[in-house]
Amino acid sequence: MNIIVCIKQVPETAEIRIDEKTNTLVREGVPAIINPFDTYALEEGIRIREKCGGGVTVLTMGPPQAEQALREAIAMGVDSGVLLSDKAFAGSDTLATSYALSRAIRQMGRFDLVICGKQAIDGDTAQVGPGIAEMLGIPFIAYVRKIEEIREGYIRAERLMETGYQIIEMSLPSLITVVKEINEPRLPSLRGMLKAKKTNISVWDVEKLGGDTGRFGLDGSPTQVIRIFTPEPRKGGEILQGAVEEQVAALIERLKETKLV
Amino acid sequence: MDYFLTEEQKMVRELARRIAEEKVAPVAAELDEKEEFPWEIMKELAQADLFAVFLPEEYGGLGGKTFELCLVTEELSRICSGVAVSYAASALGSFPILLFGNETQRKEFLPKIASGEKLAAFGLTEANAGSDAAGIETTAVRKGDKYVINGTKQWITNGGEAEIYTVIAMTDKKRGNRGASAIIVEKGTPGFDFGKKEKKMGIRASATRELVFQDCEVPAENLLGKEGMGFIIAMRTFDASRPGIGAQAVGIAQGALDAAVDYARERVQFGQKISSFQAIQHMLADMATHVEAARALVYATARMIDSGAKDAAKESAMSKLFASDMCMRVTVDAVQIFGGYGYMKDYPVEKMMRDAKITQIYEGTNQIQRNIIALHLIKEAASKK
Ligand SMILES: Cc1cc2nc3c(=O)[nH]c(=O)nc-3n(C[C@H](O)[C@H](O)[C@H](O)COP(=O)(O)OP(=O)(O)OC[C@H]3O[C@@H](n4cnc5c(N)ncnc54)[C@H](O)[C@@H]3O)c2cc1C
Repeated sequence: MNIIVCIKQVPETAEIRIDEKTNTLVREGVPAIINPFDTYALEEGIRIREKCGGGVTVLTMGPPQAEQALREAIAMGVDSGVLLSDKAFAGSDTLATSYALSRAIRQMGRFDLVICGKQAIDGDTAQVGPGIAEMLGIPFIAYVRKIEEIREGYIRAERLMETGYQIIEMSLPSLITVVKEINEPRLPSLRGMLKAKKTNISVWDVEKLGGDTGRFGLDGSPTQVIRIFTPEPRKGGEILQGAVEEQVAALIERLKETKLV
Repeated sequence: MDYFLTEEQKMVRELARRIAEEKVAPVAAELDEKEEFPWEIMKELAQADLFAVFLPEEYGGLGGKTFELCLVTEELSRICSGVAVSYAASALGSFPILLFGNETQRKEFLPKIASGEKLAAFGLTEANAGSDAAGIETTAVRKGDKYVINGTKQWITNGGEAEIYTVIAMTDKKRGNRGASAIIVEKGTPGFDFGKKEKKMGIRASATRELVFQDCEVPAENLLGKEGMGFIIAMRTFDASRPGIGAQAVGIAQGALDAAVDYARERVQFGQKISSFQAIQHMLADMATHVEAARALVYATARMIDSGAKDAAKESAMSKLFASDMCMRVTVDAVQIFGGYGYMKDYPVEKMMRDAKITQIYEGTNQIQRNIIALHLIKEAASKK
């Protein structure tokens, strides 16, 4: 089974800052990590390989330092890594990113399954996974919480819904995006870390991807960010005191006052 | 302090630290309370290849030895030394095979220890033979192509959990010190059973148990070295493993120091942080200095052993002695800095103080370490004449 896992390097959440002039994330001096949802994708890819054989390739688009994320994935147990890095990719929105990644996947030849995290914690759009599937013309299941069965040409998975879950079958090759319920990602191994240090990471530029140059980077990005801001934090709530009867009475009174009932 | 670790050694330390912080820290108090053997964590350590770091590559290891064992043991001990000793005891059990095993024995047993698939243990102590190991009463009698073992070993770390045991037994009682032999016994061998599991003051996550042999027949090819080499094997094994106990002590003390510094910066009395009192500052300064001095001695000793020193018994004893006495003092002081809170189970320092004590006792009490050091001093002086 040939598996491709798409990951993104993101700033560590607790420290996100936004440049108010450019409306982009400030990345300087902020530690970079693998998008946490993508670590579940990596773990699932490695587990499928352990069960079915084959190989796992990790793919990312980003600046040269995103190579570090690929090495971390290799330390976990992924076989090889490809980095899409080129000035021409700068300013990509989710559409241009999906396009670049789908072009890269095409270049990789035969594959059975593409796995993405459900979304990235910096942008939170959850669009790139489905976008890649669309551009590759393959079926996909988003929000997979469990793979019930996977074999040559077939997958059956549970998709997490707001209430309960759905069981979906589809043919391979196809794509899934995964949620954190699916597994617990492993830590790297020492042999993995030693291998990661030595492995050559292939870096692909826009030429290598071919396709329509107008669809990469800023040119291929119709999204315009007008303003990014942190919403007003919710005002502190109020906890009603007293016996249950008193609390209920007080609550009804309060709801009437505010004209909510 | 910069100890000029190699790239690989830095990786070993980083990985051990991650496992300690992410996997051990959340369960350490519970493992201690329930006296539960940390199998989940042993599996994590195995998957991370950390059982491979103290064994050579030709036997499935990654080529390190005592130094790497120390790095991992120290990092785990910072968080939970019950976990650390369960790990380190497997190294202890592997060393007799590594140092004195023949090629067949090494190929048979070491790769399984290196992969973490099996834990190892070392069985010397008996009810009537502690410091005076020559007093052991367990016997191994040669019968055709077998040894028949009878007797009971006591307080064996990883007892019941490990699969591979190196056991010291008398093959010729008449010869006293020269009548002991080291034999590998596998769990599951008929006649080999486990007695009671001890309830302990500290390192409570680790298993300390009796090994009971009743007409236990072991293939004669499980003999390590030659008959009569048992005590030499035990002593050489401890020479290689004692810095590991030193590292355990350094780790516990570092954990206690870190906790004490954090606490001193938070606790307010008399309207100010207790870290502003010079009495507290000086305690912290002494603790930090002693931890670093012990670490330097442990690392230097481990490097000396790994570089192939012929006799490191004195240095090995020094590293264990100095680090464990330091650890006891530092953990007592850490509890003092925490005051009454330090005496409560809500904070980690009371466990560290309980865990510290054993480092002065096992793998030879600190009185025995002083005996070893003094004996070497006298011998060295005499040989100069
Ligand atoms: C938790 C735990 C785990 C252990 N794990 C193992 C293990 O995995 N394998 C194993 O083989 N053993 C193990 N042991 C045994 C340990 O190594 C012994 O407890 C230790 O060697 C001391 O022996 P003892 O307890 O019988 O003390 P004793 O020898 O009875 O000593 C009692 C006191 O007398 C002092 N003393 C004794 N002789 C002298 C002397 N000649 N000069 C000065 N003072 C002396 C000692 O220092 C000590 O203070 C373990 C013990 C414990 C508690």
